[in-house]
Amino acid sequence: MLAVVGTVPDMAMELTVGEVILSGDSVLMAGKSMPVNRGTPALIGAACQILAVFGKTGITAFLAGDVGLGQGSRKIYHHLVHENSLSSVETIVFHYLQPDVDWHNRVLFRLSDMENRPVMVADAGFMYAAKMSGQAGEYDLFTPDAGELAFLADENAPHPFYTRGFILHGDNSVPDLVRRAYHHDNAAKYLLVKGATDYIMDETGLLSSVDGPSTEAMEAIGGTGDTLTGIVTALVHTGMTIADAALAGAKINRLAGFYANPTPATQIIEIIRQIPAAVESISNSKMTPCRFL
Amino acid sequence: MFNFSIFKKKRRPHQAAASRAGLGILVFEHTSEVIQAEKLLRSKGWEIRVMGPPPEIRTGCDLVVEFPLIEQLNILRLLESSGIQPLDIFPVTGQLLKPVDLFQVKDFGDYLMVRAANMKLTIEKKSRLIVNISGGGCPDVPYLAAMMVGKTLDESPRPLDLGHTLCGYALGLAFGEMEKQCLLL
Repeated sequence: MLAVVGTVPDMAMELTVGEVILSGDSVLMAGKSMPVNRGTPALIGAACQILAVFGKTGITAFLAGDVGLGQGSRKIYHHLVHENSLSSVETIVFHYLQPDVDWHNRVLFRLSDMENRPVMVADAGFMYAAKMSGQAGEYDLFTPDAGELAFLADENAPHPFYTRGFILHGDNSVPDLVRRAYHHDNAAKYLLVKGATDYIMDETGLLSSVDGPSTEAMEAIGGTGDTLTGIVTALVHTGMTIADAALAGAKINRLAGFYANPTPATQIIEIIRQIPAAVESISNSKMTPCRFL
Repeated sequence: MFNFSIFKKKRRPHQAAASRAGLGILVFEHTSEVIQAEKLLRSKGWEIRVMGPPPEIRTGCDLVVEFPLIEQLNILRLLESSGIQPLDIFPVTGQLLKPVDLFQVKDFGDYLMVRAANMKLTIEKKSRLIVNISGGGCPDVPYLAAMMVGKTLDESPRPLDLGHTLCGYALGLAFGEMEKQCLLL
């Protein structure tokens, strides 16, 4: 099972656990329809598109409404720790959740106790908590953008909001910041750094990078990072290595963006629609390292 | 509410900063209360700063209001009269975390993007319509985006009025910087 853990900006939504599917511009779950405009629904939409290419379904989401006060996130944390619903999870991605180190640790301990520990991906608020817990290395993959990478590299920052200026400054190269993050044990086993160039790195250094096609407007579009995380997680779930999935995912996300011919006003669903075409193009390309495709 | 325990890791005791003697911090449960207090106190002319709390503080959210300690009674009276009740008050004994103050502005031609910390806000220049909000990782970001995208800067609710987390606060800073940038257009 591929599990997606996150929140949606709807306070009326109680904790809901169940299979999700992409239908048109919405994610459907337990009779509820959620627009795919950004955040965790965008991650789910992208992951659904990838699995569909492989003729698969089977994404189970753990979702609750949360607008920043943390109630929904805490319901999810409580469920993950106390309910026996993780036993068949092979791959899990944590996303928009209220950063809470205490709950993070309890969830991590729960996962660590599983007989077959799943592949663990963290992004967004849960990645912030993972870093501050000092246990980032327990995760298989983090997917930060440039601002979040600076946060990972700043051993003192408890949140990207407090990243010190000399680290946040644009003159620092991504590989330098990654090295600093690993030096302070604030990185997962693999990092996929999303940006003008996408970098796939681990503790040994640069594994690969992708800088094309380059579509400048992607930076402004809410959800492009979410889709990349969803794509890579789904690829990992198909059996790819993390390094290969990150490289292939970066290419797919860029190509889907390119096909959408975006402006800074483009909405993420337009890019998600292009994911199958992007996968097909890359699988037909001799340049791809995606031997599985 | 942000869980304050995010400050548990790897903190070293700071040297007392003599220059900060005479300052205190107000601790609140929610970031949204910090934002309300900041607006109220600034509107009354007090010189205050919103900062990160020191590591020894284990209660409250991830922002504090730094204020002149000698004004404590007046400030408390004003806050309480407005229904804003701090959880606690402490004297400043060390260095506080400083919020990000670097903004990155990117001109896309017809569009303008401002980034503050991990938050990005993009508008169409001609209409000042908010066309996208990206970045961030706290759960109020999708909520703020849903409330703001598709509205002009003037029509949009302000992130500092609706946000509850540091990501919401960072978006508020980006929003303020965008307003300044628009004056130059």
